[in-house]
Amino acid sequence: MARLVAIMKTTAARLSALYLILFAVCATFLVIYMTSLSARMLAVQTRDTINEEVRGLDRAYQRGGLPFLVRVIESRARQPGANLYLLADTNGRILSGNVESLQPGILDVVGWTERPFTYSRFGEAETRLSAGRPPPHEAMALVFRLPNQIIVLVGRDLGEPEQFRRVMQRALVVTLAIMCLGALLIWYFVGRRALKRIDRVSAASRRIMAGDLTRRLPVSGAGDEFDRLSENLNKMLDRIAALNEGLRQVSDNIAHDLKTPLTRLRNRAEAALAGNPKASGYREALERNIAESDQLIRTFNAILMISRLEAGYSAEAVSAIDLRAIVADVVELYEPAAEEQGVTLEAVLNGPVKLQGNRELIGQALSNIVDNAIKYSAGATGAPCVGVALETAAGGEVRLTVSDNGPGVPSQDRERVTERFVRLEESRTQPGSGLGLSLAKAVMTFHGGHLAFADNDPGLAVTMVFPASAQA
Amino acid sequence: MKILVIEDDREAADYLKNALSEAGHTADIARDGDSGFSMAETGSYDIYVIDRMLPRRDGLSIIAELRGTGNDTPALILSALGEVDDRVTGLRAGGDDYLTKPYAFSELLARIEVLKRRAGAKEIETVYQVGDLELDRLSHAVRRAGQEIVLQPREFRLLEYMMRHAGQVVTRTMLLENVWDYHFDPQTNVIDVHISRLRGKIEKGFDKPLLHTVRGAGYMLKD
Repeated sequence: MARLVAIMKTTAARLSALYLILFAVCATFLVIYMTSLSARMLAVQTRDTINEEVRGLDRAYQRGGLPFLVRVIESRARQPGANLYLLADTNGRILSGNVESLQPGILDVVGWTERPFTYSRFGEAETRLSAGRPPPHEAMALVFRLPNQIIVLVGRDLGEPEQFRRVMQRALVVTLAIMCLGALLIWYFVGRRALKRIDRVSAASRRIMAGDLTRRLPVSGAGDEFDRLSENLNKMLDRIAALNEGLRQVSDNIAHDLKTPLTRLRNRAEAALAGNPKASGYREALERNIAESDQLIRTFNAILMISRLEAGYSAEAVSAIDLRAIVADVVELYEPAAEEQGVTLEAVLNGPVKLQGNRELIGQALSNIVDNAIKYSAGATGAPCVGVALETAAGGEVRLTVSDNGPGVPSQDRERVTERFVRLEESRTQPGSGLGLSLAKAVMTFHGGHLAFADNDPGLAVTMVFPASAQA
Repeated sequence: MKILVIEDDREAADYLKNALSEAGHTADIARDGDSGFSMAETGSYDIYVIDRMLPRRDGLSIIAELRGTGNDTPALILSALGEVDDRVTGLRAGGDDYLTKPYAFSELLARIEVLKRRAGAKEIETVYQVGDLELDRLSHAVRRAGQEIVLQPREFRLLEYMMRHAGQVVTRTMLLENVWDYHFDPQTNVIDVHISRLRGKIEKGFDKPLLHTVRGAGYMLKD
């Protein structure tokens, strides 16, 4: 029962019911219209037949008078399926014909009977006795008087149109029944099929909600709207899973990499308290703790920023920017610091490069990369040098490359450097959170581009690749 | 300076109150948006320090309504949301400065002092003077003791900002925001190197240092 109720609630069932009602109304209307039309036609036909008869009888009367008329009537009345004939005197006594009795008063009015009347034929009296009481026949008739006041009635039984109406009614009922049955069947199969698929989707989503995030909604392969819906929902789930995974990684990394500096903070404070109670010692410990906290805050901000970038940043953050100006800014910002470390920072810039992007984010990403390059080029064998080159490729792709001549990154490690907190062994001794390149990568992904790594022989070349579509 | 701090975290608020009074200011504390708004409306304060997420009423709507009533007391927004678009919405709502939590108190203090000064200075002077150092904003000329000093455009802007806020602590982030117009946190000592270059230009050959490093906070230009 509950299942039936569920089926009734489906859209397919509702539509079937609606169509069923619509078709039933149409069919009923059609049948009624046709029946009444045919009935009218039959009535006209009946009158024509009777008129024809009357003309025939009139001719017989003209030819041979009353006796001939009576003979003609007697012979016509005996034929099977004959019309009704009746001759009566002025008192209504039946003289001849095949009518045994009829509704009283019919013979008093000359002309067409106004409505069908009941009668019975000769020889039906016995049948009536043996078969109980069959319904009396109905007929229509024309009554007229001969010059000698003899009343003549010519009529036609209405059994035929009556039968026709019954046939039509039965046809209507049968049609309606078949339509209902068909609708029910379609309803049941279509509705149930839809219901089953939705049930499967519901079941899958319940399992996903219960925590099985690897599960996906079933796709039948029919390519219909259910499949499209499932596919979209699956894509959404993939995205959620990816975000979830990112979140999990972040929390793992936070646990792992933030605990270390926090422990150092705590140890230092403890050591200061336990050690020599001199103001200068406290001061030094506190200053180092503040520096360490600042680094922690920096790391934390970077993690948050990466997560927010990966979760999707608001579109409002994007506007038309000049990439060349950003590069010039960042190079100018880092130039003194590079010089101080004995690193030559060179930029090759041509005309303005207009992009749809976020100035802050690109500026930060580039400064992270430049910062890294300066740090690592310090380990160069020759004169340390960092180059920044901005070029627009033939396809409209914008490539911003930062290359250094430091030790470089072995090719097998190149993809790993953008992972969060990954700091290759050689770089453990360098300051930094290990998030700079991850952030740069997230920024590039946000702009629809990517970060490419190549061998600068010697050194590393990091390229921020903006897609042609980002050009403004 | 009389400061209104609207901050719902008790510990953070108490810490701010103590630290501000140690720095020579008086601070009143409101713990939710509604009382903060009525205190801001009725009391007379020099600066508002408003947390963005507050119980009952959010910080941005408080600022927006105060601005609507013609109150243009400088407001500094404190927020755990630090992304670029959040900053933009904050400033658009009528905030004068935006500081992301967690922040260093020295940073907050430096920004409060600068905001106060900005509110007081009705007109921006065309010539700044600190000791014997002089900067002309129109002719872009810098002189010390009458001697011309040649600066790069960025160094000029750096010095201009430092001189406009002479006697106040300016932090590295403030410099990056106001001189370079970037709001991210430079990973290394890039700003320090710019400062030491500038210092070399304006102090070399002169006995008296003008550009001082304030430990744990930033820099200060003073006679």
